[in-house]
Amino acid sequence: MSNDAKVRQNIISTDVVPEVPSEQLIPFKPDLLLSEDHHLCPGCGEPTAVRMMLEAIQELGLAQKAIGVVGIGCYTALTGVIDTDLVQALHGRAPSVATGVKRMLPDSLTYGLQGDGDMVSEGLQEVIHTAARGENVTIILLNNGVFGETGGHMTASTVVGQRTKNTLDGRDAEEHGHPILISEMIAGLSGAAYVARCGVFNASQTVHTKRILKKAFQTQIDKKGFSFVEILTMCPTGWFVPVIEGPGYLENVLGEIHQLGEIKSCD
Amino acid sequence: MSRQLLEGSEAIAAAAVAAGCRFFCGYPMTPFTETLEFFGKKLPEVGGVCINAESELEAIGMAWGALATGVRAATGSTGQGLALMQESLSEITRSELPLVYFNMARGQGDYFQATRGGGHGDYRHIVLAPADVVEAVELTQLAFYLADLWRNPVMIYGDYLLAHTNETVEMKTIEYPTLPAKDWAVDGSLGGTGKSRNINPIGMSKLKHEIEPESFWRRLNKKTKEMEKAEARHEQEFVEDAEMVVVAFGTVARFVRHVVREMRAEGIKVGYIRPITLWPFPYEALSSAADTVKSVAVMEQNAGQMIDDVKLGVLGKAPVLSIGGISSDEAGFGIGPIHDAEDVRRRIECGLRGEEMEP
Repeated sequence: MSNDAKVRQNIISTDVVPEVPSEQLIPFKPDLLLSEDHHLCPGCGEPTAVRMMLEAIQELGLAQKAIGVVGIGCYTALTGVIDTDLVQALHGRAPSVATGVKRMLPDSLTYGLQGDGDMVSEGLQEVIHTAARGENVTIILLNNGVFGETGGHMTASTVVGQRTKNTLDGRDAEEHGHPILISEMIAGLSGAAYVARCGVFNASQTVHTKRILKKAFQTQIDKKGFSFVEILTMCPTGWFVPVIEGPGYLENVLGEIHQLGEIKSCD
Repeated sequence: MSRQLLEGSEAIAAAAVAAGCRFFCGYPMTPFTETLEFFGKKLPEVGGVCINAESELEAIGMAWGALATGVRAATGSTGQGLALMQESLSEITRSELPLVYFNMARGQGDYFQATRGGGHGDYRHIVLAPADVVEAVELTQLAFYLADLWRNPVMIYGDYLLAHTNETVEMKTIEYPTLPAKDWAVDGSLGGTGKSRNINPIGMSKLKHEIEPESFWRRLNKKTKEMEKAEARHEQEFVEDAEMVVVAFGTVARFVRHVVREMRAEGIKVGYIRPITLWPFPYEALSSAADTVKSVAVMEQNAGQMIDDVKLGVLGKAPVLSIGGISSDEAGFGIGPIHDAEDVRRRIECGLRGEEMEP
């Protein structure tokens, strides 16, 4: 057994190991993705979410206007394959950096990409103030309820009961507090024009995610104000959950607290 | 434009706008507040943007974004506010963005913060310390040029006195050599071409999953060494035959210059060296002065920070005496008894007797 396989077996304590096809079944790659190779874990939801985002930008004809401001998390590894202009921000600070970009280039499509550790833990005030100012940018949150990059630690959006590396018996409200429902918080601000939460745990929700992203980008193009998309993503390795159970855990455990839907719309 | 009587803060904002600055953001804090106010007045007049940020963390982030688009942009605060910005100030350096920022400091206690920085990793910022408003107008414009030339942040170290003194200045755009086009700046236009840009502090390039931090940091360090060689600036008078040379920077140096000239007129053999750049520090000027003088006195408004650099320049060739010290007004804004020619003279005379002052 190779080292990799040993490590994998230690992480995934299940008898059900899914068959991975050795050949690519559908040779399709969005134009804005330079390569389908990535270093994220099997079962991770972030590549799917980012792919939907890039397809949405492409389908809206905004490829030559898009500037992304990326936070720091697992998804940062995808900056090597995202074929739009990018600015790498510090952990938590993407909304402010996006503000500077957009104010200087008002006709650009400026989007922010952050995780829940980055946005809801480290940089909460940045996203709140950017929404309150009604900055005409689109901020995208990839919410998996853990710090995936450090190995699965509690964030401000970890749900009560969820096991993480530093809440091994599950998040206890009395000891660790309650999760912040960031979309609901932002929707309460007058500057926010469009707020929606979606998830990439099955095919129909993934397609729906793209629809939501398009509406958010359109909100920005129409200069209606701050738009916000929260995408729930799987992190089976950070959840103590077998890969194959990741989507179900996302839908039923995280999704029960961070409920899906359009929370605010300017239609 | 002709000669105008302007408050330091207004003159600096006007000089920045004359240099082409089109974005400013900041969080109010004495004695930096008026700088922010004047940018808020002047930038909209030229189609620029000034944002009253919700914190210093956000101010530096906004400047970062604006700089990434290739626009000349600036921010600032006091040393306290800049302390909050340190993480971004170091990372923005590795992103090679030409930030200009102001420290309207409460005295000279931020020398270490300015020259060593409080951020992580290897980085250096050019630090320009004007002695008066006329020089601040010139150095502010130079700051934007140097930042673009090196793609490295440049700080203007001012203080309460500089920010709030009215002086007559001539406001005109200073011409500098042509700079290369900012082809690294993001504008979105290259999306989908395979040549899109990625402005980042870790040497990440598209289609490469592995970053190469070591080679990236080595390249940046090479640039830092070149800056260090090229950009040291200082002013000196009466050093050649001086028995003692006084080293001072910023507004304190203005008093030192006045007093040294006065003492020279009386035949006392004293000179001064005023670092205009705190980094790179004019070590060579100190080294060559140390060959001829009997002693070097350091006059700074703090407990002793620049004296470390002076000693590095002198390298044991002459005794180095501390004649400055902590000096403040009741509010802690950094205007103290040391900002007075008589006090400065008393301190220099103390140095001439070979004595130090209690900091």
